[in-house]
Amino acid sequence: MSKIITENLNLWYGNFHALKDINARFQERRITAIIGPSGCGKSTLLRVFNRMNDLIEGVRTTGKVLIDATDILANNIDLVALRRKVGMVFQRPNPFPLSIYENIVFGERIHGGKSSRSKLDEIVETSLKRVFLWEELKDKLHKSALNLSLEQKQRLCIARLIAVKSNILLMDEPCSSLDPQATSRVEELMRELKNNYTIIIVTHNMQQAARVSDDTGFMLLGELVEFGRSEDIFTAPKDKRTEDYITGRYG
Amino acid sequence: MTRNPYRTEKIAFFFLFLATLLIVVPVGLIVVIIIQKGLPAINWQFISDMPRNGMRSGGIFPAIAGTVYLVLGAVIFALPIGVLAAIYLSEYARENLLTRIIKLAIVNLAGVPSVVYGLFGLALFVVFFKFGASILSGSLTLGIMILPIIITASREAMESVPQTFREVSLSLGASKWQTIRHIVLPNAIPGIITGTILGIGRAAGETAPILFTVAAFYLPRLPKSIFDQVMALPYHLYVISTQVPNVEEKIRYGTALVLLAMVLITNLAAIVIRYKFRKKKKW
Repeated sequence: MSKIITENLNLWYGNFHALKDINARFQERRITAIIGPSGCGKSTLLRVFNRMNDLIEGVRTTGKVLIDATDILANNIDLVALRRKVGMVFQRPNPFPLSIYENIVFGERIHGGKSSRSKLDEIVETSLKRVFLWEELKDKLHKSALNLSLEQKQRLCIARLIAVKSNILLMDEPCSSLDPQATSRVEELMRELKNNYTIIIVTHNMQQAARVSDDTGFMLLGELVEFGRSEDIFTAPKDKRTEDYITGRYG
Repeated sequence: MTRNPYRTEKIAFFFLFLATLLIVVPVGLIVVIIIQKGLPAINWQFISDMPRNGMRSGGIFPAIAGTVYLVLGAVIFALPIGVLAAIYLSEYARENLLTRIIKLAIVNLAGVPSVVYGLFGLALFVVFFKFGASILSGSLTLGIMILPIIITASREAMESVPQTFREVSLSLGASKWQTIRHIVLPNAIPGIITGTILGIGRAAGETAPILFTVAAFYLPRLPKSIFDQVMALPYHLYVISTQVPNVEEKIRYGTALVLLAMVLITNLAAIVIRYKFRKKKKW
């Protein structure tokens, strides 16, 4: 089932045409990778889905983006609700300068008002278990999250999203600051999470896209050149430009 | 003659070091001279007693208390307004003509000579609002004077909170205000406190702004309300140094020492707080 559908999506930064007529369907409970060279618009596309581009002045968007059949580009959309549903994992792991515990319950504190201690404890435990950090961290929940390893921090950021009950995870090069072992463990986590979440990952790393994704979109200069099942894109690309990119001729 | 890089290096070092030394020397001399001449006057009675014998003996307690009242009043007024304005400028204001005018006004407010603040306070608070020469008028005048210090320090503190924290918070569905309240402000508080303390130090030492708005020549009792006049240390120092004949030197320097100590201690507190928080911060 299509979780996110874009229809003739165009985006401009001032006069710069950053996304050109994007038409794509992102499937529920699958991992979709968006690949392409730097500056091709893949991060911009990702940031359309939680309207983070709104923070930049002079951005203009046309077309439609339907998430669960609601056009999220509409003026009257509830951004708070949208961003709870569509969570984002950033390139650099970025826990708040708070304790591990407080990082995870941040969303609950903001959205839930006064929650009981036991409810917060439960949220922390289930969220950390989902990202396989509970055993490692259960004895130091009240220590600063800034002392964790990069991989632990990135997992913690994912746990923070799980705690706000996101069901779409946008990942903007989530492994680019991690070493290969940590990367493979985070990829494993992504495969595990896709049973419950719709994941869209932007990556520079084609091997990663090939390894983890079910579907892949290739972007170039703001255009979505090709979009389809990963095995097709990586073994038999239809477009010459896609082939050039995945065989390493540019990028 | 060929240039010898080692020699030019030595010459450069000499002059740079000399210039630096020249900054330290006056500070050291001021402190040493004031302590040397003022310390004999300092005892418990001097700090806790009323002035007697036309301010030629007794203590300076009402002036110390007056300065404390004025500074507290200034902070009560300036801190909330300053922090709210800083939040607006740092988090909400878009870069446009109005914002630029506001920022320019703040910079210029910091550059206004203090005696002008005094006259302004006289015209607005004492005369126009009919607060009279009172703690209220003096505090408001001092408050306006330290407003730019607090705004600038608070703004810098908030702007130094990494942008990514705001993005993450918003991406988790927090509103802009929740982001400020839960993420930006807690991380900016050390900077805000430091700026406020520096403002306190400045307000405690100024004479001109309180000259026409609150300071009493001789008032050997404590104020009963915010509409009373008070004595204040800087003005008292001026009075016993120039207006009252035959005041012992040690009393004048003792008063100066108390004032200097109050200002230095507040500044020291600001430095300690900044140091403590900087050690804790890790991003």
